[in-house]
Amino acid sequence: MRTLLIVFAKEVLDNFRDRRTLISALVMGPLFGPILFAFVINLSIERSLSDADQSMELSLIGAEHAPNLVRFLESRNLDIVAGPAGRDAAIAAVKAGTLDVVVVVPGEFGAQLADGIPAKIELISDQANTQAERDARRARDALRAYGQELAAIRLVARGVSPLVVRPIDLDDIDVSTPSGRSGILLGMMSYFFIFALLMGGMYLAIDTTAGERERGSLEPLLALPVTRDQLMLGKIAATCVFMALSLLLSLCSFYVALKFMPFEQLGMTPNFGPSVVVAAFFILAPFILIGASVMTLVASFTKSYKEAQTWLSIVLIAPTLPILIVSILTLRPQFEFMFVPSLSQHLLLVDMVKNEPVNMLHVAVSVGSTLAIGALLTWICARLYRREGLLG
Amino acid sequence: MIVVNDIYKSFGAVRAVRGVSFAAPDGKITGLLGPNGAGKSTTLRVLYTVMKPDRGSAMIDGVDVVADSLAARRRIGALPHGAGLYPHLSARENIAYYASICGLEKGHIDDKVESIVELLEISDFADRRTKGFSQGQRTKVALARALVHDPQNIILDEPSNGLDVMATRSLRELILKLRDAGRCVLFSSHVMQEVAALCDDIVIIASGRVAIDDTADGIRNRTGCDDLEDAFVRAIHMVGLE
Repeated sequence: MRTLLIVFAKEVLDNFRDRRTLISALVMGPLFGPILFAFVINLSIERSLSDADQSMELSLIGAEHAPNLVRFLESRNLDIVAGPAGRDAAIAAVKAGTLDVVVVVPGEFGAQLADGIPAKIELISDQANTQAERDARRARDALRAYGQELAAIRLVARGVSPLVVRPIDLDDIDVSTPSGRSGILLGMMSYFFIFALLMGGMYLAIDTTAGERERGSLEPLLALPVTRDQLMLGKIAATCVFMALSLLLSLCSFYVALKFMPFEQLGMTPNFGPSVVVAAFFILAPFILIGASVMTLVASFTKSYKEAQTWLSIVLIAPTLPILIVSILTLRPQFEFMFVPSLSQHLLLVDMVKNEPVNMLHVAVSVGSTLAIGALLTWICARLYRREGLLG
Repeated sequence: MIVVNDIYKSFGAVRAVRGVSFAAPDGKITGLLGPNGAGKSTTLRVLYTVMKPDRGSAMIDGVDVVADSLAARRRIGALPHGAGLYPHLSARENIAYYASICGLEKGHIDDKVESIVELLEISDFADRRTKGFSQGQRTKVALARALVHDPQNIILDEPSNGLDVMATRSLRELILKLRDAGRCVLFSSHVMQEVAALCDDIVIIASGRVAIDDTADGIRNRTGCDDLEDAFVRAIHMVGLE
């Protein structure tokens, strides 16, 4: 135990003096999440606000054939500008992406309208382009609204109430609470915490294994009168401390960053007060042991610092996998999921942020199974540290 | 006292050590001499217990290196080939780290480190971080680190590699000091002159086997060569002819 503490203290001191470790643990990991998050949130706020409220330019060919339509569209906050010379040029422009959407009013539009036969209007857009599709949808909605208005006028002219053609009155009622809506977006957060946690210990895991071997300091260390288990456990303990520090900083920086984000405009109120920060730390903390042991394990197999870095960047991404699968399949939290590290932490965190009651049995299973897997991996690490191949 | 008894070690198809036996007594300097790839480092690695022999045994002061490797390590100070230091720690901290791992009392460590710093004459740079140290400075610190727990047996793998004349000289003086203090010093080298100038006993190793184990004079006699370098070459050929 004493030796373990000596190794631990040395690794902590050594790595606190290493600028690269410090930057990745105390700056990169904790700040990367909030910055990316602020960027994404602001972008989505901008996009959701840009709808309807802001005017949009719409290219239209043949405005002279439909002056009333043009006036109607302009009243819907669409700035009508002259489109390309002809229909073919318009299609080419949309294909090339220079224009998102072009409306073509053919010359016979007026005549068809007057004869009471469906007047043809073409809307050219690229439906594979989601960004452009938003604009196209807006143009389509406006054109449809114009059609409905004309229909209503025609019905009224024939003495029929327009309500006849509106047999259903559809009303959307959204029951999601502001906190609930936050869940979707803030679900991303849990990965940033895990990322920060892993980043915090990454360089330690490399330095204490592949780095030590590359430097040539491993062999004399192994020739000292201590067991390899003690060395390995001391090193993993030091890695854990850096990961915990990084996680704590990351939680705090999110707490501060969320205060400055305009969530009300998105109709969200994330539940991320000081008590949630503390609870989140204790829910995520068991993952530290898994992170430290997996990173040490992977790094101890590599031949050099560079190789270890390459492999560990894969380890950084691995915890997203279960989160991603569950998000894509939109699965609800289930008891079985609590046995999966990173996924269980993610689901519990989402519940907390959404201000929904957290199932204490789930918490117990998550903490218990994550710690058990971490302990197992640490044991494997220590076993592998005994092999001769370690010296490379 | 180090006793090596017919050890074998292979790495896959490479048979690095094929039956090496010798003894390195206390109060003597024993040199392990041989060309590159002869099996010197592997033999020493077995002795300081980072590798297990496939066959055979080795004893440090009567302690088996496989059966009780921890107790064997307590009796050894090892300087592996190309031993590295922790660049973010000062020389003194590097030495103190080893001292504390070896179980020295906390209050005792500073004094012990100070005395070893003086012994190796490294006080000029003892408080500097070891990043950017010269090869000579690094070797001295690594040696100080290996000696800090006063081991009875000292194993040095090519300690003079990359050292300049002055550094080699002071290393030689230190090795003699250790011998005179009654320690068992075992070191490997591929430089004939160095071994001849320093060693009481010379074990010449080639192709994983002991070619000759004798004093410098004994080797001259047995090979019939006056010049030790010629004797070295002849001894190596003797193994090759088997």
